[in-house]
Amino acid sequence: MSSASVQPRKPAFGALAFLRRQVLTVYSLLFFAYLLLPIAVVVVFSFNHPIGKFNYTWQGFTLDNWRYWDGVPGIRGAIILSLEIAFVASLIATALGTMIALALVRYGFRGRATTNILIFLPLSTPEIVLGASLLTLFLNLNVIFGFWTILIAHIMFCISFAVVTVKARLVGFDRHLEEAAMDLGANEWTTFTKVTLPLIAPAILAALLLCFAISIDDFVVTYFNSGSKITFPLFVWGAARIGAPPQVNVIGTAIFLVALTAMLANVLLQNRRSKGAT
Amino acid sequence: MGFFHRNRQLTPYLLLAPGVLWLAVFFVVPLGFLGYQSLESGNIDFGYAFNWAWGNYWTAIRDYRAQFVRSIEYAGIATVLALLISYPVAYWIAFRGGRWKNLLLLFIVAPFFVTYLIRTLAWQTILSDHGFVVNTLQSLHVLGPGGRLLATSTAVVTGITYNFLPFMALPLYVSLEQIDGRMLEAAEDLYASKLHAFLRVTLPLSLPGVVAGTLLTFIPAAGDFINAQLLGAPDNHMIGNVIQSKFLELTDYPAAASMSFILMAGILVAVAVYARIVGTEQLTGTAV
Repeated sequence: MSSASVQPRKPAFGALAFLRRQVLTVYSLLFFAYLLLPIAVVVVFSFNHPIGKFNYTWQGFTLDNWRYWDGVPGIRGAIILSLEIAFVASLIATALGTMIALALVRYGFRGRATTNILIFLPLSTPEIVLGASLLTLFLNLNVIFGFWTILIAHIMFCISFAVVTVKARLVGFDRHLEEAAMDLGANEWTTFTKVTLPLIAPAILAALLLCFAISIDDFVVTYFNSGSKITFPLFVWGAARIGAPPQVNVIGTAIFLVALTAMLANVLLQNRRSKGAT
Repeated sequence: MGFFHRNRQLTPYLLLAPGVLWLAVFFVVPLGFLGYQSLESGNIDFGYAFNWAWGNYWTAIRDYRAQFVRSIEYAGIATVLALLISYPVAYWIAFRGGRWKNLLLLFIVAPFFVTYLIRTLAWQTILSDHGFVVNTLQSLHVLGPGGRLLATSTAVVTGITYNFLPFMALPLYVSLEQIDGRMLEAAEDLYASKLHAFLRVTLPLSLPGVVAGTLLTFIPAAGDFINAQLLGAPDNHMIGNVIQSKFLELTDYPAAASMSFILMAGILVAVAVYARIVGTEQLTGTAV
């Protein structure tokens, strides 16, 4: 290879040399600009004052879309349904997922490998197949589509995410703490509620938030199993066909801000915790 | 609870039961129904009858070959693009991120905080006919005067690449982050050039991340129909669009069911071939 890498390099000056050394940093900044561009578009166009029904070109600034966020028929009901489904589905899926994770990490039992595959498969199946197969089940059993079919579907695809999240925490968990509790005379249930549960609580919370986020964002599986019910993503889909109103951007921005705040708080908390540990 | 104490062998099964049952009834059994439906013939008015109609599969492949090929093609291109675009950034965060790592990762997943459909609609705005991107490309003569981006395969691939990018970037970051810096120092001590050290040390060690990212991106991309619907024209439609319309608009359930199975089989074959090339060790090493 070239000997240049061994010899000390001549110090280079000027903007070009600086760029050469920082090429990766510059590229990364461009990458983040690309990544955040559509988000910026969503936020900016929530303040647009569109003429006609298409919200594609910038026409003028207004706060009306925010003031009348539910000014489009159907949008309020869709948001409420999405929140209800996400709330119930994330609670149930996290409970079921946590139990599975505990069993998988804590106990040796027959059928472990099969259980692992059963958890992994929904994650690696295209959403459209998940939605379509549930649809055929409900059709063949003459189930009426609506709130319950959506809820069942959401719990189904959330469970695996909950298991994976809680499992990750349980694997790196110090069993000695539990043994100590047992040595001190606590029975299994007390040990679980007083030691295990508080220790895995952050993972359970993370699983809850993850399930909530996945549920509220889901379009494909819901689309196949909703009947005439309309969740927020379904509302957006329907609105997109005739030109989505700026209120869609308002809700999109609001969801983004809530999620961002929650995640930022989490990052700051982690940083503080790791600082405290050192 | 004394009950758990007395029945220790039973405890794991009790813990598993509700969740596993849920997945069995609402994931495994439906797949069975889907398979059953795919071998039926008939129509919605006169009902369907099961008669081992394997012909559904051949008809699907014959009539919708273009859409199947397009799905694999678009998903493949988008996956490679996502890998090339996000590798340098994952590298940058892992090795130069310092105390900003967590914050930068937050930026990587930021697109997920905007509803999937809404961020795809944002691309519709960005690529629209009189938008900034099209105007710039036209003035650079990359696009002709009447040229457009919306309703082209470029737009669909752009959308897919963007929408699944975090699935690629995160596993890449995780595998790069785990690389021991001393390995690279050792390579340098042994007079490896920077490029050499990267090719012989960093890249091989990050391969698990490449494999995981590729699968996590390719699988959902191949089944996607939202990008093709919102950013493409009918001749950019993927197999997902066909399955969706057959199920929900044309109520041709057997055809739609057989296509879903072909899609799944196609993905499994693609994953198996891929696993063969990179080695199964990499694959299972990254499995959840």
